[in-house]
Amino acid sequence: MDTFTAIVLATLGAGTPLVFAALGELVTEKSGVLNLGVEGMMLVGAVCGFAVAADSGSIWLGVLTAVVAGAAMALVFAVLTLTFQANQVASGLALTIFGIGLSAFIGLNYTSVALDGMDPIQIPVLSDIPVVGPLLFGLDPLMYLSFALFGAVTWFLYRSKAGLLLRGIGEAPHSAHAIGYPVIRIRYLAVLFGGAMAGLGGAYLALVYTPLWVEEMTAGRGWIALALVVFSTWRPGRVMLGAYLFGGVTILQFHVQGLGIDLPSQLLSMLPYLATIIVLVLISRDINTIRLNAPASIGQAFHPSN
Amino acid sequence: MRIRIEPRAQPSRLMGWLSPLLAVVLTLVTGFLFSAFLGMSPVDAFHAFFVAPIDDLYGLGELGVKAAPLALIAVGLAIGFRSNVWNIGAEGQLTFGALVGGGVALWAYEMEGAWILPTMILAGALGGMAWASIPAFLRTRFNTNEILVSLMLNYVALLCLSYMVHGPWRDPEGFNFPESRLFSESAMLPIILEDTRLHAGALLALVAVVLGWVFVKKSFIGYQMQVAGLADTAARYAGFNRKRMIWMGLLIGGAAAGIAGLSEVAGPIGQLLPSVSPGYGYAAIIVAFVGRLHPVGILLASLLMSLLYLGGESAQMELGLPSAVTGVFQGVLLFYLLAADLFINFRIRAVAPPGSRSPSKPAEASS
Repeated sequence: MDTFTAIVLATLGAGTPLVFAALGELVTEKSGVLNLGVEGMMLVGAVCGFAVAADSGSIWLGVLTAVVAGAAMALVFAVLTLTFQANQVASGLALTIFGIGLSAFIGLNYTSVALDGMDPIQIPVLSDIPVVGPLLFGLDPLMYLSFALFGAVTWFLYRSKAGLLLRGIGEAPHSAHAIGYPVIRIRYLAVLFGGAMAGLGGAYLALVYTPLWVEEMTAGRGWIALALVVFSTWRPGRVMLGAYLFGGVTILQFHVQGLGIDLPSQLLSMLPYLATIIVLVLISRDINTIRLNAPASIGQAFHPSN
Repeated sequence: MRIRIEPRAQPSRLMGWLSPLLAVVLTLVTGFLFSAFLGMSPVDAFHAFFVAPIDDLYGLGELGVKAAPLALIAVGLAIGFRSNVWNIGAEGQLTFGALVGGGVALWAYEMEGAWILPTMILAGALGGMAWASIPAFLRTRFNTNEILVSLMLNYVALLCLSYMVHGPWRDPEGFNFPESRLFSESAMLPIILEDTRLHAGALLALVAVVLGWVFVKKSFIGYQMQVAGLADTAARYAGFNRKRMIWMGLLIGGAAAGIAGLSEVAGPIGQLLPSVSPGYGYAAIIVAFVGRLHPVGILLASLLMSLLYLGGESAQMELGLPSAVTGVFQGVLLFYLLAADLFINFRIRAVAPPGSRSPSKPAEASS
């Protein structure tokens, strides 16, 4: 495999957890709910997936567990914000703090366990084509799943009636309620989907990308996913673009060192966080872009009586 | 009978104070169930968590050692939270304050003088403020979300500290460990209670609580910030300067967190290490909420949260539980509080199912 292919593959790998988490959060936010607990949901997904995969020996059972665990975390958030009308910002922060603690607790006995990870699917003949072969026909199954989910989310949001309803609720929940749509129920589903996707992102990190369990191994990826949704101005295509951009920045640090450029490792590790801040500044600079694209009711509690 | 959640005409003040207590009680109940689930005696667990850590003078001192930074940071954060300025970068501001203030201590190594400590405290505050000014500037100038920026900077600050203690500030006689020299005696906060580790940082926290109360209750900008938090549109019509509030909210939070960071390195730690806080910057967010964003409430909540930290350590030693349970229960406490807060603005009423004909009662007066 030549260097170019290797770099692209590594970029895709580093971007994939972000793709899952950010696509999920995108759907949640489109319904008008801001869930800042992505980091916590990813961590709990990662550790539950890892623990089950390590104990059962089945990676796929691990992935499934991670999805369920992420959704379970999101359910806590949904009950707080949608049923108990709690402040979404505070509840999301609580979810992250809780998730960091819970994942450390669950993962205690798994910190020194190694897994085999997931083998890429090698489609015979096609994956042997130089350059494009490995990139199109030699990826791991979850990466293909992320492409499929991207297509599904895009189709759902912009081509399906249910997606139109979801977006409508994000823009004007009271109007949707007045017409007779179940605002709270649909928001529940959107939040649960976001959690399941964050869990999947965590599973990719712990089961495929590393594959290890380390405390707080997401290292801010949940927050970067939240930033990506803003960066994308709530559009799935740009979520993908942003995720791979960040994947590229993440692996840049390894290659810079490989090229013999003498920079402190800490400075290189800062790159993804600094890049997040820079893209946020660039995208938010024009206040109208955000106003026009952000779901109008985002972050506001909904009660039929308001 | 069906249960219905309906809004109160006015927020209940009583529930405002009751809901933190309710949250604490529910957290305790959860803890009982949790320990029973793990096959431990809940009584032993309760003892290990809440009694053993503070059954002597040293333990009480430790309670103050951990409550001080939490109260200090939370008082600062609460001022921002009141006006919907979401600074969640206190951990980074704490770290940067410790870095700058600790830098002064290293620069003044083996020097003597009463000026050293005040300079360090000032440097710590300025460090925290400098770090907080980044999200403040980006928010006011470029409309950039301060939640995400302040959070990203937590990681950056930690990496800055890591770089300094691995590189330029590493103790030359430290066998290559990533830690700085030990601070000189004159760069350490004095112990204020003999036979404990309780240091003058606790006094700084008490001063902050008083100042926080004065700011919130007596100052005009404090009033403006409260109005902006409760009714943004009203504040805008009144011509309150939103940008100034954002700056104030973040800078005050940054200064408080910076001083807290400095008090850690010049107090119980005594040098710069790659990590100078067990997540105080995050826990202080919970303290601010459980304390109802009120300085006195925050003081009480900080003692409770400090006890949770000590309880986690004690449970680790006595019951073999990982200290991560502290984080779990911190989160659970905040969950319950947020849920219990429902009853401030809403009440639950049992309503007759549709179909049964009960004479309609006149609406009750709100409590």
